[in-house]
Amino acid sequence: MPEDNSTTNAASFLLNTAATDRHQRWRLLKDKLVAYCVTIGGLSIILAVVLIFFYLLYVVLPLLLPASAEAVNRYDVPELSQGNTLFLSMEEQNEVAVRFTETGKVIFFSVATGATLSTESLPIPEQVQIVSFAHGGYDKGVYVYGLADGRALVVKTDYKQSFINGKRVITPSLEYPLGKEPVLVDAGGQALVKIEIKIGEKNSLLLAKTLDNRIVMVNFSKQTSPFDDEITLERTDTILQVNGMDVDYLLVDKELRDVYLASRRGELSIFDIGDKNKPFLKHKVAVLNQGAEITEMQFLNGDISLLIGDSTGVLSQWSMVRNEQNIFSVEKLRSFKVSDKAIVGIVPEQRRKGVMVADNDGSIGIYNTTAERELIKKKIEGGKPLALAMSPRANAFLLQSLDGKINFWKVENPHPEVSMASLWGKVWYESYPKPDYIWQSSSASNDFEPKMSLIPLVFGTIKAAFYAMLVAIPLSLFGAIYTGYFMSPRIRQYVKPGIEIMGALPTVILGFLAGLWLAPFIEMNLVGIFALLMIVPLGVMIFAYFWQNLPQSIRHKIPDGWDCLVLLPVILFSGWVAFQISPGIETLCFNGNLRGWMLSEFGIGYDQRNTLVVGLAMGFAVIPMIFSIAEDAIFSVPKHLTTGSLALGATPWQTMTKVVLLTASPGIFSAIMIGFGRAVGETMIVLMATGNTPVMDLSLFQGLRTLSANIAVEMPESEVNSTHYRVLFFAALVLFMFTFVVNTLAEIVRQNLRQKYSSL
Amino acid sequence: MIKTWFKSGAPWIWMTAGAVSLNLILVLGLLLLIAVRGLGHFWPADITEYHYKDKQGVETVIIGEETASSLLAANQARAVGYELLDNGEYLVQYLVKTGNRDIIGTDFRWILDQYIVSKTQPEDLIAVERREWGNFYGRLTAVKTNGAVIAEGPAAWTVAQDKLAKALELHEQIDNLQNGEIGAINYNLERLRLKQRALELKNRWNDTVSQEFAEKKLKLEQEYKVIQEQIGKLNTTLKLDNLVVADADGREKNISFDRVVKLIRPNQMTIIDKSVEYIRNFIAFISEDPREANTEGGIFPAIFGTVLMVLLMAVVVTPFGVIAAVYLREYARQGFITRVIRIAVNNLAGVPSIVYGVFGLGFFVYILGGSIDSLFFPEAAPAPVFGTPGLLWASLTLALLTLPVVIVATEEGLSRIPKSIREGSLALGATKAETLWRTVLPMASPAIMTGLILAVARAAGEVAPLMLVGVVKLAPTLPLDGNFPYLHLDRKFMHLGFHIYDVGFQSPNVEAARPLVYATSLLLVMVIVGLNMFAITIRNNLRERYRALEN
Repeated sequence: MPEDNSTTNAASFLLNTAATDRHQRWRLLKDKLVAYCVTIGGLSIILAVVLIFFYLLYVVLPLLLPASAEAVNRYDVPELSQGNTLFLSMEEQNEVAVRFTETGKVIFFSVATGATLSTESLPIPEQVQIVSFAHGGYDKGVYVYGLADGRALVVKTDYKQSFINGKRVITPSLEYPLGKEPVLVDAGGQALVKIEIKIGEKNSLLLAKTLDNRIVMVNFSKQTSPFDDEITLERTDTILQVNGMDVDYLLVDKELRDVYLASRRGELSIFDIGDKNKPFLKHKVAVLNQGAEITEMQFLNGDISLLIGDSTGVLSQWSMVRNEQNIFSVEKLRSFKVSDKAIVGIVPEQRRKGVMVADNDGSIGIYNTTAERELIKKKIEGGKPLALAMSPRANAFLLQSLDGKINFWKVENPHPEVSMASLWGKVWYESYPKPDYIWQSSSASNDFEPKMSLIPLVFGTIKAAFYAMLVAIPLSLFGAIYTGYFMSPRIRQYVKPGIEIMGALPTVILGFLAGLWLAPFIEMNLVGIFALLMIVPLGVMIFAYFWQNLPQSIRHKIPDGWDCLVLLPVILFSGWVAFQISPGIETLCFNGNLRGWMLSEFGIGYDQRNTLVVGLAMGFAVIPMIFSIAEDAIFSVPKHLTTGSLALGATPWQTMTKVVLLTASPGIFSAIMIGFGRAVGETMIVLMATGNTPVMDLSLFQGLRTLSANIAVEMPESEVNSTHYRVLFFAALVLFMFTFVVNTLAEIVRQNLRQKYSSL
Repeated sequence: MIKTWFKSGAPWIWMTAGAVSLNLILVLGLLLLIAVRGLGHFWPADITEYHYKDKQGVETVIIGEETASSLLAANQARAVGYELLDNGEYLVQYLVKTGNRDIIGTDFRWILDQYIVSKTQPEDLIAVERREWGNFYGRLTAVKTNGAVIAEGPAAWTVAQDKLAKALELHEQIDNLQNGEIGAINYNLERLRLKQRALELKNRWNDTVSQEFAEKKLKLEQEYKVIQEQIGKLNTTLKLDNLVVADADGREKNISFDRVVKLIRPNQMTIIDKSVEYIRNFIAFISEDPREANTEGGIFPAIFGTVLMVLLMAVVVTPFGVIAAVYLREYARQGFITRVIRIAVNNLAGVPSIVYGVFGLGFFVYILGGSIDSLFFPEAAPAPVFGTPGLLWASLTLALLTLPVVIVATEEGLSRIPKSIREGSLALGATKAETLWRTVLPMASPAIMTGLILAVARAAGEVAPLMLVGVVKLAPTLPLDGNFPYLHLDRKFMHLGFHIYDVGFQSPNVEAARPLVYATSLLLVMVIVGLNMFAITIRNNLRERYRALEN
């Protein structure tokens, strides 16, 4: 019989203790495994938050780490017998360096070992003495020798890379841009005691001080004939009138627009050479204190600022700035106290706003001007530095010291441009009239000074969040009060999901409507918007008053708690009225054009995409969040408190304000905090509705840029692991920490509230 | 009387009620705005012919669709530089879509009402939707085959429609050959190259292997030649026929049928014809690929990309979310640890979405993706495979972002299940894991589903993090296709939300693209609102069901 079989089977199974034991052990093992996995899963939530924080910190940390430099090698100056060094330079791969001597020899040598690679003799005529030397820009590789007969020889180094058997081989060579024959600079044949050269796109400029204290300028401009592609060099000779000033330093900027002449005593004269035939003196300023002397003068990368080193060990940065009235002046932007000894060498970095400075004693310092940071300070033994060269990538340098040795050092300085001061404080950028907060992180050329101050972005974030909260708090709190307390449960069933749907709308849609529909609408109907603000509440009040005075029979047709539905047509009607009368108001009060009136009376400009649009759109986005949390808090206030208050004779509104709101205030507070946190972090609406201009303006009608929109716009285009990239991560870290603080506070408040309610 | 009324506090109650009404009006108004503008995009508009006499007295004919009108007060109009004839109070302007961008340069043109001499809607005006240069508005003169006219005048219309149908078929065949078969051949050639490189790196590349590869390559190239010939033949047939049309000034122009997508005479269509055309437009919108830098055509790749990414995200987020919620509710000792975890969950919910994008980019893409590349795909170097934004990382980032939603919803579901059920199961001898798996979780499954649906709705609309981790303006291929391994997790994809941002703000022709933006927004809003309402219904049913159970 089947039953007997099954019972015997079951019985035999149960009695088979070995099998049941195994099965029980397997069940218990599963239980333990699941408990283990679930616990790990639960705790990993904390891990996720911590991971986000630490990862952001990990990316940001290199910004604050100090730079380092270490000595690699030290060897004898190659071919010292061929003459003293006039100039030292090294190429980009840190493999080949060049030494220009005072005897007209050019010696290429290996950076790592000092072994000579090749020696070239310049085609300088036998009897003519070499009197001066200058470089034509650190990144150009152009150099000029000034001769005693008033002529000059221009030479250019060229490094050709080739790969032989998979190894890189760099072959140096020399070129002569203005020809192998020295060019006549001074018609009078006087020796060129000081010389300067700059080669531009179409022009080459030679500037020299002759033995008899004249400053001569020769400009060669390339003319291409339109008919036969022939290139001719047209030459312009001019003399600069210096009125007896003793010129010791000459510099020409790379645009060939300005000439900077300085004397040892500290007089700086700036000449405008825009018209090469008619140069004129633009500025004359004293750049030093009493008793100090200029010992070295070079341009900072970009040729917009002068770096002046003096005998007291101070390096100062000077630049021409323009104020609001378009008047130029020469200002000292900043200065660095390098040491107490005189500064003998200034070498700027070629691709950043950094500079390496050497003093008389052999101490070298590497500085960044924008961030006002001293990154490296080392002392190199060997006495006074005679020549300095910095690698184009700023990762190595060569220093020839008095003891006839060349020191080869490697430098690790990846992020010098930012410091806490430059991120959060005012910085005096080149060409700006005064220190300011600016965010303008990149441009097309290396000459650009990256301006990374987070203040305009933080200002924009707070401004947008403030106006959003201004719009959201009244609407959401009043709405929550009504829905949580006065509304009938039937309608509440529909209204709550309605507001939830409002919260579910993606912000990209809100943003696109704000940018493409709301912004033009507000621009055309500005008076209407302001009229709306005044007429709608007034309309509601008037309607409410008349409703109270209607006979009971009509009033009782609408059940208790349905007021909000009754008001729907009222609000629509008031809105319509507001827009109907606004053209009339505009013609009456504002000459028919409110925006024009604002501009002429108050100087307030109007941008189509501005803070008002963002405030309205972001307020709309934040309302559902504040609404649901506040409504929850108000709804959960125990009923016995309200009934008790009403029983004691208070009106419903008095009960609301004095009992319910106070009891629910922690919940409302936490709702507002969470809403604020959300408003600060909102990206898409701001991206589409503000115009994204990082200006610090209190006006409601100007655009702004927030931290989050900035990250969204600039992150895809920034170089990975560059300073810009890390600063963007820092902005993300700031956002994360801000919302962390706000959310944690709000959550703790809410948890305490729940405990309080469970005891009531 | 007013004073006492104010004292009673009643006006404030009305104000609060007004706030609720205002919120409702805003939500409904927004949905209505998107619906009207979005739905209007598909309706075939009438074409109007204007006889226009401008300021200098030059008479021109303008043909186009009237898209919008604007009313400027006299002062504002003068401020912008317009003169008002007859001292009028208002300046009325119409925005006309004149099309013919290849002739005129812009699609749209504002014309002043005061200069319009006459406005008619002749029945013979046609609208030609083209693959490049937008629409053409004008009149049909003739149909030519191989240069010879085969139909003119009124008879040309039916002939043109026939030819168009044939041309569209041929075009589709060519497209299928190109995307399907030639795409597969290219993909396989690239795979061969990568295999070769991998063998070279492992020092296993020798002559025999090289011979095999050369044979395979030759075979593929031969296949390619055959298909290319086929396409060539189809192309020659396709390019034989063309339309001859005349624009507003009467100038004639040839439009080859392979450049034409649609040919209609809207002024002659009845309401029924237009409704049929409407449905056809809508179907084309959701099934076709975009054209003209996303300003025309359909949004199928965006829909596909969004759906695929959301599916992947759901697969990742559900187990993690459920496990975390189960830990909070069932296993953790209520006290400090649960408080800290709840704070952590709230923080995950409150972190700005762009921070997730930044984290996803740095950690997932560069660190994890970079490691995967160097470990498993050294032959593809220096081109990144996973070390670049793509589908996988986008799904993971969004899974992290929507995790709190799933956790909160699941927790709510678990909390509604009465303790008695768990106690009963344990009393009968089940282990905690078995209780969970067989009793509690099935009962909580509607809540889990609610959480999942809300997470999906959130992910469909979230754009900011996706801008950094894997979405592009135009993806040449779908992440799912017929080539091994069929699901390409490293490919970039298109997304509905990003499409809205891109077409609205980054397209070269914003005026033409605007109706498309509204239509895409309408689709997205319908999907999200639908999902949310579905989730809300499930949640309400759940509450009702368990209220009975508790009592």
